[in-house]
Amino acid sequence: MSIETAERQDTVPVAPEQPMLEVKDLVVRYGRGRKAAAAPAAVDGVSFSIRQGETVGLVGESGSGKSTIGKAILGLQKSAGGTISYQGKDITHAGAAERRALGGELRAVFQDPNSSLNPRQSIGASLAEPLRIRGVNGAVAREKAEAMLERVGLPREAVDRYPSQFSGGQRQRIAVARALICEPKLVVCDEAVSALDLSTQAQVLNLLADLRDERGLSYLFIAHDISVVQFLAQRVVVLYRGQVMESGPAAAVTESPKHPFTQALVAASPVPRPAEQAERRMLRESLGVRTAAAVAASPGGCPFSQRCPLATELCTAERPAHRQVGAADVACHYA
Amino acid sequence: MIPNVAPAPADSAPATAAAAVQPKSGQRTAFSKVSASRLFASPGGVAGVVWLAALVVASLTAQWWLPYKTEDQDFTAVLSGPTAAHWLGTDELGRDLLSRIFAAAAGTLGTSLITVIVGVGLGTVLAMVAAGGDRTEGAISRVTEVMMSLPGTVIILAVIGAVGTNIPLIMAILGVLISAGIYRVILGQAKSLQSQLYVDAAKVDGVSTLGISLRHVLPGLTNTIVVQSALIFAVGMLIQAGLAFIGFGPPIPQPSWGGMIQGASQHVYDAPWLMVPTGAVLALTVLAANAIGNALGKSPNAGVSHLPSAAARRQRGRVVAAAVAATGAAASAADTGAIPAKGHLSVRGLSVGVDGGTPLVTGVSFDVEQGTVLGLVGESGCGKTMTALSLLGLLPAGVSATGGQILWNGKNLAAATERDMEGIRGRDIALISQEPMRALDPMFTVGYQLTAAIRRLLKVGKAEARAEALSLLEKVGIVDAKRILKTYPHQISGGMAQRVAIALALSGRPRLLVADEPTTALDVTVQAEILSLLRSLVKDSGMSVVMVTHDLGVVADICDNVAVMYAGQVVESGRTANILDNPRHPYTLALLAADPHANTAADMPERLATISGQVPQPKDWPTGCRFMARCQFAGSACAAPVPLLSSGSEDGLVRCVKADELAVEGLEWLATEVPTHHVMKIVEKDLA
Repeated sequence: MSIETAERQDTVPVAPEQPMLEVKDLVVRYGRGRKAAAAPAAVDGVSFSIRQGETVGLVGESGSGKSTIGKAILGLQKSAGGTISYQGKDITHAGAAERRALGGELRAVFQDPNSSLNPRQSIGASLAEPLRIRGVNGAVAREKAEAMLERVGLPREAVDRYPSQFSGGQRQRIAVARALICEPKLVVCDEAVSALDLSTQAQVLNLLADLRDERGLSYLFIAHDISVVQFLAQRVVVLYRGQVMESGPAAAVTESPKHPFTQALVAASPVPRPAEQAERRMLRESLGVRTAAAVAASPGGCPFSQRCPLATELCTAERPAHRQVGAADVACHYA
Repeated sequence: MIPNVAPAPADSAPATAAAAVQPKSGQRTAFSKVSASRLFASPGGVAGVVWLAALVVASLTAQWWLPYKTEDQDFTAVLSGPTAAHWLGTDELGRDLLSRIFAAAAGTLGTSLITVIVGVGLGTVLAMVAAGGDRTEGAISRVTEVMMSLPGTVIILAVIGAVGTNIPLIMAILGVLISAGIYRVILGQAKSLQSQLYVDAAKVDGVSTLGISLRHVLPGLTNTIVVQSALIFAVGMLIQAGLAFIGFGPPIPQPSWGGMIQGASQHVYDAPWLMVPTGAVLALTVLAANAIGNALGKSPNAGVSHLPSAAARRQRGRVVAAAVAATGAAASAADTGAIPAKGHLSVRGLSVGVDGGTPLVTGVSFDVEQGTVLGLVGESGCGKTMTALSLLGLLPAGVSATGGQILWNGKNLAAATERDMEGIRGRDIALISQEPMRALDPMFTVGYQLTAAIRRLLKVGKAEARAEALSLLEKVGIVDAKRILKTYPHQISGGMAQRVAIALALSGRPRLLVADEPTTALDVTVQAEILSLLRSLVKDSGMSVVMVTHDLGVVADICDNVAVMYAGQVVESGRTANILDNPRHPYTLALLAADPHANTAADMPERLATISGQVPQPKDWPTGCRFMARCQFAGSACAAPVPLLSSGSEDGLVRCVKADELAVEGLEWLATEVPTHHVMKIVEKDLA
């Protein structure tokens, strides 16, 4: 147990060759035509990589482009620039056939357990679908579905029931089972626990952690809640308006954030200890971060410059380059 | 001559329709079950089905039971009314009307079905193809727009001119023309189904576009398709009768409803009865098809909205007022000695339940002093929102306060009439909800909504209301208030919308604000700002707040006191600091242990603590401790009802028989999941 812990937190079992997933200078724009090209990109030059067995957390506010990145990786959203490579293979513009050829290695768990399962399909049919399209026969698929349900803590009989017969937490377990049924290597979890109550959220987080340790999975864990990310991820990437503000080891980024935005994000996340929360509140108020403005920052500068207490003319004029500050990689002129 | 051509498609049609609409038999059974139960739930639907079925059976078996052949002429009874020999009378050639109506029925119904199959089938296929991609949608939509602009009658008459009165072909062409309209109806729904997460999940699996359409989109459209089919069926019948009326029906000796009505129209003065039987049968059949469409189209819970109509509340208010007044009378008589402070809320033994059934909240008591914030915490299904809504008399339809008191300034709101509540709601007690956008009407500007509320609540003029609206927006921290007044809700961000919603709630200068998860839908940085705003409002105005939340961090931030709810009961209450730093109830302990926010990165555990199982449904609540089945510390004593007792720290209360024992032992909620059967073993052991 203790060896495992050490491994998880310090040295992730490193495969010397290429990373599991590499995202380089990814750009995503919504809409088409000249108008879309003029608007700020939803994802603007984001780069990060995920090694085998590693969990990378993608954190940011709504509209920061974190879900869009997940969608681009899964092929649900076209990218306008940059590359996404899976095990060294460029999948940026892979079609349905190519994605099928990935053999279910790249899978997803979505946020809303109410709409991520087809309400008109039995659980068994939902779970078997990814197997069936790969030519697995019905009886084998059903057996696998039952085994997978058992693994996520649900009775085997659940295969014949419908999503409406399960609670939110149970449905999210089923969604996890569906993602893992064809033994993937990388799972994109898009706000996978944010719709759940505390106790069920903890159950699903534990399940995700167990499955990772048991199967050597890699996760891209997308969430708005930095504490949830902190539980599961070894590395964290912080996004603001489509750009990476800070990235680095989870402990470094969440405990001693360097970028003013990360600092604001961490300070705003409330903790259930009244005395400590009062201190955090004071700290947050002393940071002097301004309310989000409706108008976007100038395209040439730092996207956070309008809210940043440290911002100067340099910040509105020039987009800060990424540089190493301590253990983290920070995009700020003054960090 | 097209003898007997109609019944053939009538026979083969249902099979084709079924094949086109439902490719998978498994799904079909599940679905038709839903539709059928809905169909037979309404008397109109039942009557429609019975009439259509009778008509079909009668016309298909016509040759065995009809008293006369359709061409038989009885010159002794020309244009007669109903007689023993001719039940429905005869026409100008002495032909039996009953025989002719039923002989014509199969043809009319069958060819109308052709229109349905072609129209709905084509429309659905086009809609599903269009929903699959942006470009195809553009192309198909343009084509259907052209189709909709074509004059249908002219086209049909042209076809008749070219190929003669080939009824099945004409009805098929009518179907093609109608399909453009069907396409429009179904496209929107198909697109919304395409955007569901399960469709994304299927795409990630690599399911083909066709597979997605058939397996994930089509089943969701079934209801609309069935409803549209019933309506188009009726339209088809009417158009067909209309064509026959103007002389483009089946060739002359053959009976058709439209032709018979046309014949009857020539004898409107000398034999008015002639019109009645055929007209009535046609009208009834069209009505039957529409009734079936209506019955199928009704949403299963259309009657249950989240908030009841004012009328429903008034009605219920009277009933409940009587019930609660009876239970509360004794208690309030005892309480009258103490004069309650202004702005003091005291809830005593409040119970809320489904009318005449399951309780949802039982025996909830708490106090909110003026200028303090009380947190109601718990997981979903614990009754915290029901408790909060009952303070405003806004419980959903079919749910009401069944006992106890809500004392506000000495007045029992649980027994108040709807008229009384209308005077209190908005003025004394206001609500802010989880979804700020829902509190604002998208059709009106922020300024209009704010001033309307201010004018109604404060009874002031337009100019004064506008000034008040500006000062309210400034009070909730909006810098450019003048600009925001002119915007529509969709033009502002979620955080801004919640500020506006708070301003709206403050417009009646309430003394108590009920906030139902006010920050759950917001980003943490915005949440922090909204909490700061609420804190300053409480400090400046002396307002009290009841804050419903599931987030223990929010409780720690803003609440002075907290009541932890589980399965409709308060299980622990007291000062926030005492409860969060030193929880006494196992449920509170477990919630804190399961919260990743309770740990810093340095001491983040390998596994989070969890609570096995889930919150029991109200109907499954045990008589003893409701948390027992999930509790790691449950023992035999827990099976008996547990009272809310003093926890020993200030005015704290806890509902756990083992609270003292646990406090002494300093037990911690373990991170491992304890299976339920293990707990049951402990219970059995203790019982033994």
